[in-house]
Amino acid sequence: MPTLSINGISVEVAPGTSIIQACEQLGIEVPRFCYHERLSVPANCRMCLVEQKGAPKPVASCAMPCADKMEIFTDSELVHKARKGVMEFLLINHPLDCPICDQGGECDLQDQALGYGFDRGRYIENKRAVSEKYLGPLIKTFMTRCIQCTRCVRFADEIAGAPEIGLLGRNEMVEIGTYVESAITSELSGNLVDVCPVGALTSKPYAFAARPWELKKTDSIDVFDAVGCNIRIDARGSEVMRVLPRTNEDVNEEWIADKSRHAIDGLLRQRLDQPYVRKDGKLVPASWPEALAAIAAKLKGLDGSKIAAIAGDLADAEALIALKDLMTALGSTNLECRQDGGKFDPHARAGYLFNSTIAGIDQADAFLIVGSNPRWEAPIINARIRKRFLTLRENFQAAVIGANLDLTYPYEYLGAGPETLTKLASGRHAFAKVLQNAKAPMLILGSGAVARPDGLAIQALVAKLAAKVGLVRDGWNGFNFLHRAAGRVGALELGFVPGEGGRDLDAILDGAGKGEIEAVYLLGADEIDMSKLGKAFVIYQGHHGDRGAHRADVILPGAAYTEKNATYVNTEGRAQMARLASFPPGEAREDWKILRALAEALGKILPYDTLSQVRRRLAEAASVFRNIDSVTAAEPGPFAAASTGTVDNAPFAMPIENYYMTDPISRTSPTMAKCTEDFGIVEPRTGTHG
Amino acid sequence: MSASVGIAETGPEQPKEFAFTAANLKKAKAIIAKYPDGRQQSAVMPLLDLAQRQSGNWLPRVAMDYVADMLAMPRIKAYEVATFYSMYNLKPVGKHFVQVCTTTPCWLVGSAGIIDACKKQLGIGLGETTPDGEFTLIEVECLGACVNAPMAQINDDYYEDLTPENTVALLQALADGKPVKTGSQTGRRGSQAKSGPTSLHAQAKAAGVEG
Repeated sequence: MPTLSINGISVEVAPGTSIIQACEQLGIEVPRFCYHERLSVPANCRMCLVEQKGAPKPVASCAMPCADKMEIFTDSELVHKARKGVMEFLLINHPLDCPICDQGGECDLQDQALGYGFDRGRYIENKRAVSEKYLGPLIKTFMTRCIQCTRCVRFADEIAGAPEIGLLGRNEMVEIGTYVESAITSELSGNLVDVCPVGALTSKPYAFAARPWELKKTDSIDVFDAVGCNIRIDARGSEVMRVLPRTNEDVNEEWIADKSRHAIDGLLRQRLDQPYVRKDGKLVPASWPEALAAIAAKLKGLDGSKIAAIAGDLADAEALIALKDLMTALGSTNLECRQDGGKFDPHARAGYLFNSTIAGIDQADAFLIVGSNPRWEAPIINARIRKRFLTLRENFQAAVIGANLDLTYPYEYLGAGPETLTKLASGRHAFAKVLQNAKAPMLILGSGAVARPDGLAIQALVAKLAAKVGLVRDGWNGFNFLHRAAGRVGALELGFVPGEGGRDLDAILDGAGKGEIEAVYLLGADEIDMSKLGKAFVIYQGHHGDRGAHRADVILPGAAYTEKNATYVNTEGRAQMARLASFPPGEAREDWKILRALAEALGKILPYDTLSQVRRRLAEAASVFRNIDSVTAAEPGPFAAASTGTVDNAPFAMPIENYYMTDPISRTSPTMAKCTEDFGIVEPRTGTHG
Repeated sequence: MSASVGIAETGPEQPKEFAFTAANLKKAKAIIAKYPDGRQQSAVMPLLDLAQRQSGNWLPRVAMDYVADMLAMPRIKAYEVATFYSMYNLKPVGKHFVQVCTTTPCWLVGSAGIIDACKKQLGIGLGETTPDGEFTLIEVECLGACVNAPMAQINDDYYEDLTPENTVALLQALADGKPVKTGSQTGRRGSQAKSGPTSLHAQAKAAGVEG
């Protein structure tokens, strides 16, 4: 362990630590542009120069490893002179357009120029101009502002796994670009804007929209997949202007996916801002009392077995518990949260959680992905697997059963369907040995793999494989279920699944078609086949006029995730809280309050009046809600109920047809529509456009 | 020259496809074999050069793609290399690619006059190609033959000790397809002094080695 002194303070660091990292340990700030702690170190901006005693010239602290007895000075005259020189060179070709630059106010170059810039320029020649580049529908370029730090090149290369950006040309002609005009084919491209230390790459949808100091910043949780990325919502007035990632090493590090970042313009469109009641076949605006009365008129006296509730992908735990309590009060056990038709066992907790945890990926050394496209279902988890590949390189072992797609890391393609899985589970496949011999094997079961009639049998087969290769070991649980919906795990934890004698999704739809189910409550459920609801009375509670609202007989306008204080549980079983960043539009209300009011209208008073009382109820209902922000781990196993069903050998279908449009918010987002178009993804028919 | 090195050339002269000839493929394999396993990407520069020679002294985009694909490296990495080095021509050049050195030593002994002579003889400016596609003229930075300045490189060969007169004669000979002399145009051997050998003369005479 080298011990060195920095500004006279002695510090002991791990071998291989760079000087800049040692400085950070001591809380000493070193300016930098090219250095980024999650990317490789090129040492080309020279801004982080420090003085090392005995060295002939200042050293780049990002690239110089600490050695024993080093004496470093970060605040000496030499250091200041060196950094001022570097800054002057950086500013030679950088335009003085801060007033019209979107980075203004949150720009590394602006901030550091304040500390190290000269008060006038000595360079009298013309500044160079660089032509704009096209980097896709999400990134706006202003390449003249580029200082060639190459962070974007390294991000695309290393984190995103889309090596499409390069540093072209040389000397004064050097330019960042893709050379061939093309959008960056990555679901993480929005992060390029964050890593760019200047205003060369800025957000296209957010261009010229707001200044950082006008925005109200709210720490929240993302709901566009089941990863539970930590985000910061920047709102001005009632409008969400942008979403940025928040660092959480255990979940998303400091990245978020493009849908999480850019689907927010969907929050302004097709919103349900007042209740509607269907009269004579037409939805007409109504007041809250009218809407609640219309529901009460229908539900009063109706037997509980004739009522069903289906929860959607974005449902928060507070609303789910309120709806469950209401349904219980009405005597119904027909609850279903798996609106994708998932057939897994909802009672085996270890069987539906991402048990290894996301941070656990950093320890895993063999991966088996079954029936999932993690790149679309959870881009952040996919990036974490890629990170593991970059660490292990030739020792990285991965295999896929399902679709053969580019996942940004190499893998062995084993097969398309359960046949291969059966072979593995019986140990007749070579990759079973690989999992067995690995130190920390990980199996990732996609939610799409069990969203088919033989789902239970598939899950049982995977559980058999888990036992065969020993996925559970000392301190390690390698069985992982990868969900796609932010609301799913919360609903499972709360038991929002068919109770005793209750119907599951197929049975509810079947019953509705036959008239056995007379009322269906859709809590933001838009992905089911609405035509199967038959003549049932449909109540839709949600925030977007999507498929569910079109079919509804009564619409209750709810709040989107940015408009409520709500709890979500991610695929690991980590409960996290989203916070209100702006108020719901018009007459729309927070979802649990709507259900509380409805229950009262039905004469079934729910025992909570405030958010904290609802949360107390949540904590009672499931342990995961007592443990906010950390993972509530499942007992390892059993992973599935014993199944006698037979496995159908049909290949696993990928559940996501279009990454950019998976839920009511992203389906209405113009930016996501543009992405769909630009990336040439065929848009599935939604019925909400036009 | 393109307005920007960061954007691919898309002129009509860009071919639609590229593949090494059988002979060049053999050469390429020999080049790749020089590098250890897993380091095949190191062959990108010689392979780009080979592709440039096959394409008539310039490197179409499809050729860069072909080389990158052959070495299983991201295409952008090949573009980076090809745009970085000035010896890869990203646009077609004439049959005779005249690169006149104008760095200080050459300039001190009259490279400006050489450039003028070239312009006049060929009827083109710097960076231009004659209409018949025979000659392209550019100025370059030091080619490392300062001792025989002023000099120019035409395709793979150096032509040294240039004067406006012998430059014109040289270009004319090339245009006529006549054989030309490479190296010094004044008959100087190697880089010996212009006034003939000067050192150790007296000693050599005294020792009877030299007459």
